[in-house]
Parts: sequence; structure tokens; C-alpha cells
Amino acid sequence: MTPPRSAFGAPPQGGAASGPAEPVPRRPLDQTALVQRRGLLLGVRGWAAVICALALLTVVIPLLNRVVPDGHVFHVSDYAVGLVGKILCYAICALAMDLIWGYTGILSLGHGLFFALGGYGMGMYLMRQIGRDGNYKSELPDFMVFLNWKTLPWTWSLSDSFVLQMLLVVLVPALLALVFGWFAFRSRIKGVYFSIITQALTYAAMLLFFRNETGFGGNNGFTDFKRILGLPIATPDTRIVLFAVTGVTLVGFYLLARAIVNSKYGRVLQAIRDAETRVMFTGYNPLAYKLSIWTLSALMCAIAGALYVPQVGIINPSEMSPSAGIEIAIWAAVGGRATLIGPIVGAFFVNGAKSWFTVAFPEFWLYFLGALFIAVTLFLPQGIAGLFKRFSGETREKHS
Amino acid sequence: MTPDLMEEGAKRRQAYEARQQAATDTESGGREAGFGRIAKLGVPDFTQGVALYLDDITVSFDGFKALNALTITVNVGELRCIIGPNGAGKTTMMDCITGKTRPDSGKAFFGSTIDLLRLSEPEIAQIGIGRKFQKPTVYEELSVFENLELALAADRRVRASLFSRLSGAQLDRIGETLTTIHLRGEAQRSAGLLSHGQKQWLEIGMLLVQDPKLLLLDEPVAGMTDEETERTAELFLSLEGKHSLVVVEHDMKFVDQLTQGRKKVTVLHEGSVLAEGLLSEVQNNQKVVEVYLGR
Repeated sequence: MTPPRSAFGAPPQGGAASGPAEPVPRRPLDQTALVQRRGLLLGVRGWAAVICALALLTVVIPLLNRVVPDGHVFHVSDYAVGLVGKILCYAICALAMDLIWGYTGILSLGHGLFFALGGYGMGMYLMRQIGRDGNYKSELPDFMVFLNWKTLPWTWSLSDSFVLQMLLVVLVPALLALVFGWFAFRSRIKGVYFSIITQALTYAAMLLFFRNETGFGGNNGFTDFKRILGLPIATPDTRIVLFAVTGVTLVGFYLLARAIVNSKYGRVLQAIRDAETRVMFTGYNPLAYKLSIWTLSALMCAIAGALYVPQVGIINPSEMSPSAGIEIAIWAAVGGRATLIGPIVGAFFVNGAKSWFTVAFPEFWLYFLGALFIAVTLFLPQGIAGLFKRFSGETREKHS
Repeated sequence: MTPDLMEEGAKRRQAYEARQQAATDTESGGREAGFGRIAKLGVPDFTQGVALYLDDITVSFDGFKALNALTITVNVGELRCIIGPNGAGKTTMMDCITGKTRPDSGKAFFGSTIDLLRLSEPEIAQIGIGRKFQKPTVYEELSVFENLELALAADRRVRASLFSRLSGAQLDRIGETLTTIHLRGEAQRSAGLLSHGQKQWLEIGMLLVQDPKLLLLDEPVAGMTDEETERTAELFLSLEGKHSLVVVEHDMKFVDQLTQGRKKVTVLHEGSVLAEGLLSEVQNNQKVVEVYLGR
């Protein structure tokens, strides 16, 4: 699964607009310039791009969807909003995967689990919001009535409160990641072994969630949501708001990730990826670094999951299937690891291709996905982002 | 509490504070002899002149004894070369000192108070033992400058790293080191693009900015040109006295340059010390000749 070392993209230097640091032989080190570049999160062009992205996601697309009349050339359909909103959630996952895989060199195949846990957390709240409007006209969610349960299980005790339940959405996956990561990293489980264990954890969780006794709807999961925060959930107005919130979250996480990888902490992460023993013998304890970025990464996935469920309207254990976790890794790899924009582009590219392919040639989608991954590994080790860099002549010198 | 007890207490307090003051004032900590010393937790004590003390260290891998009752003492400020045929246990010895391998038995002390066998690798690095690997190990995707930045002596915790900014003094230190290791022009290049010899230099530079009290150097000149080797020898000789150095090397010419005909060389064989003495003595030692040439 792990492509050769050269597959890692060159780490970004400073702002997107400030350009790469070109070697200037035999010239004294310009120290002030170096420090200043470090101090900026983004260059002027970078901030402009961020503001444009925010405007597009929160103003332009909502206007084109809600104000521009149906049938107009510039009208953005509800279908497109739903699709892009979904992909925005995937992009958050890909970004989270990039932090842990691209920058720290730890391939997790368990991010599908954190995504699904966040989704389930949101789903529980949405199930309770249905109230008595379910098929059985009961206080309890339909599946509980069907199972002849009389009271809510203890796991649902916070699900009536949006704030408390959202706290759970964040805390449960983060805590799981923290405990799991602590044991795994403390035992110095690395590389493919770590990937396999995360895969196994996800699979075990999927089997657990498939059971009716677990109390999360068994293999049907949660669906048929009616309201969120008292508002009807399936209306175009609510959907465009969810879309905008997801977009803002993605941009926020992008800036956070940017701040992280531009800090010394981020460089320690890359050092762990390149030579972990060297990091240890330099006096850093890799455990703390790996554990913190791993937990943050899981948390980002969980929030993505929580934003995904109200937009898609369903959550079931198939979100925890091994292939879901692998797909996240594919988005990051296709887009370009160790660049922050790459995984976002990758998520859009792969999922855009998927939604087109599954309509045009439904039976060939999986073959195409496989071929895509092989092609990227062989010919584009730095992904789409690497391709762009090469074309714009910005690429740093490659390994000889 | 009686007045005389209180007075006694006040006197002791005064004496304690005077000792603390003296400890910061003078090199030897104001202590001539070893009794009554206040050992500070986690701070190595070098007043007895010993930097590293390995006693009776035995390490076995599946019954094979990589180290067999190895006993070595390295003094403060000493430059000690260790030679020996392949498989003599040189790298295993370094693994033991830096916490990578736990010996089956024996003692390993840094200074006279720090028990190395109780510490983890990062802790050992933090109290002042730096190590250069046999194969140059640098962070390939980071620039030369960033490699040094990460090695620079500083708070190693996560929160400190998140908000760390280089101070002017730290920048100067990196700049100085870049000059010392002749990589000033390459500061912004990825470390992965350097030549083998330059990577060796970079790793040595990373050790320097880490400012360790004891440097362990495993074959530092492997893959270097003659000129580079000579410059390395000069660099190590300039460090001697301020730092303790343990150099493992096969290149006898380099060892000769380092020992300058007057320093002790230790010969390891089958996990224990075979001979110790001047290079010329050791080279004429019958046992050493046998080991190197085969019986």
C-alpha cells in the first residue's frame, strides 16, 4: 500500500504565494527573510484564494442555487449542491488523512470508523428530533419500537440536547483515537502493522454496529430524519445552510492544518516520517507527537461525518467497511500527499469521477478506481498536486 | 519547637543556600570531595571526571553475546577512539548507551549519578548524549536549515514546538554551524539532495547544535573524501575538551589523526575490550594483530 519514499511530495515552504525556496548557492543566508516567511500563514495570493473559496461556498453557490431560477444557465441544481456538499465532507477526511499519512507517515485505514462514529453521533440526535413523527408514532426511534424496547439505552442519554450530543460527536471518536493510539504508538507499532490494526479495529466496529443489540439500528442504521434544530431537514434552504457550514469547516480545517504543518511541530512530524529514530535520539518523544496529530486527525474525520449525515440523510455500518477507509487513503494519494490542497483536489477528482462513472458505466467503476490508484502510484507519485507543480515549473529538485 | 532547634535549622538552611550558590559559581560546583554532594535530579554530575561509565555490560541476541562483560570508562573532555573488527559489538555498545538496546546485565552511568538503563531514548538525548548513526540519517524532505532547527537544543515538548519561534541567538547558532559544516550555500536545499559526505556533515552539525556533553560517533567519515575526512578530524579535535567524544572508526589514518599519537584507543573484540592503549602500541599488540589478520 505504501508507495516508494520518493512518493512523498516536497513539503510546502511558507505561503502558497511566496513561492518555493530556491537554493541560492554561495550567498549568505538571508535569515530575516527566512523567519518572516515562516511567520506568515499564507501569502497575499493565498489569503485571496481562501477568501474566494469562502465567498464561493457561502454566498455564490447558495445564491445560484436559491435565487437564480430553475432552468437558468447559472442555476446550481439541488442535486449538485447535495453532491458537492457530500464531497466537501470527504475532502475534510482526505485532509485529516493527509496530516497523519502524508505528513507523519502513518497510514491509517481506520479513518472510516471515526467518520462513521461522528455520523452516528449526529444521527442519534437527528433520530430523537423525529419525535412522534415516525412510522410507529412513538417517543422512541422506530427501530427500538420494532425491537420492542421500552426505554432508551444509556448511550442515548444525551441525544436530546444538540449541544451535548455534538460534544459527544467530538469526544467519543477523539477518546477512542487517543486510547487506541496510545497503546499502538507506545508499543511502537509502525508501518503496515499499524495499518492492518486500524483496519481490524474498523472491521470489528462494523460487526458490532451491525448487531441490533448494540442499540444503533443494526444494519439499517439511522435514516428518515425529519428535523435539525427544529428546522425541516430535507428542504433546499436547510440543505444550502448545511452546505455552507461544511464549506466553512473545510476552509477552517485547511487553515488549521496549514498552521500546523508550518510550525516547528509540523516539521517534527515530517521528521518522524523521514527518520523516526533520529527524532528519538535528538530528544523528541515521538509518542506525544504522533498521538496528538492522530487524535486531531480522527477528530476532523468525526466532524466530517457529523456534517455528512444530515446532508445524505442516512448512516449505517457500511460507512465503517474496510473499503471506506481505503477510499479515504486513495483520495489523499491521488491528490498528492504532503501538500494540503492536494487531498482536497483528490477528494473532488475521485468522487466527481465516481458519480459520473457510476451513472455512465456502473459496472466498471471499481476497475477504474483500481486502475487510477495504480496509475497514480506508478506515474504520479506526488499525485495531482505534484503534476501541477511540475507544469508550473515550481517543483523542487527531485531525488537523484 | 525550641529556639535552639530553630536556630539550628536556620544555620542548615544558610549552609544549603551557600552550597547552591557555589554550585552555580564554579566549574566543579565548589565541591572538592565527593561527600555531602547534593545530586540534582536529572542533571548529570561530572565532578569525578567521568563522563561515561560502562560496567560489565552483557547483551545477548538469541544466545549470541554481542557484548560480553564490557567495561569502558570515558573521561570528561576525552576523545576516545574505538576500533575493532566487524561484529565486535561497537554499534551494540552505542545502542546500549543511547537506550535502544537494554543489556541483560551490567551498569551504564552518565556522569556519576545518571543511570542510563532507566531512561528512554529521548530522555537520554535530552540529558546530553548525542549520537551519529553509521548510515547518515537526516530528514530527507526537510531543508538543511530545518534539519538543524529541529536538532537545536530547545524544549522538546509538543506545546513548545507548536508555538516555537527562532530567536536571533538561535539563528546565529544555526548560521555558525552551517559555516562549520560547510553547508551554508545549501541551507535551503532538501537534505535528501546532499551527497553522502555532506549528509554525514549535516548529521554532525545536527549533533553540534544539540549541544550534547557526550557525542557518540559511529563511523563518521565513511564515504567522505580525504579532504573531508581531514576537516572532520580537525572539527572533532576542536570539540575535544569541551565535549567528550566516542568515535567508532575503521579508518586507521583517521584514528591516527584524532589520537595524535598520544591518546588512548580501545580495541573491541567479541563484545569485550581486547586491548587499550596508544594506537602504535595497540597495532603492535600480538592479540590485536591476530584478531585483525585471523589466526
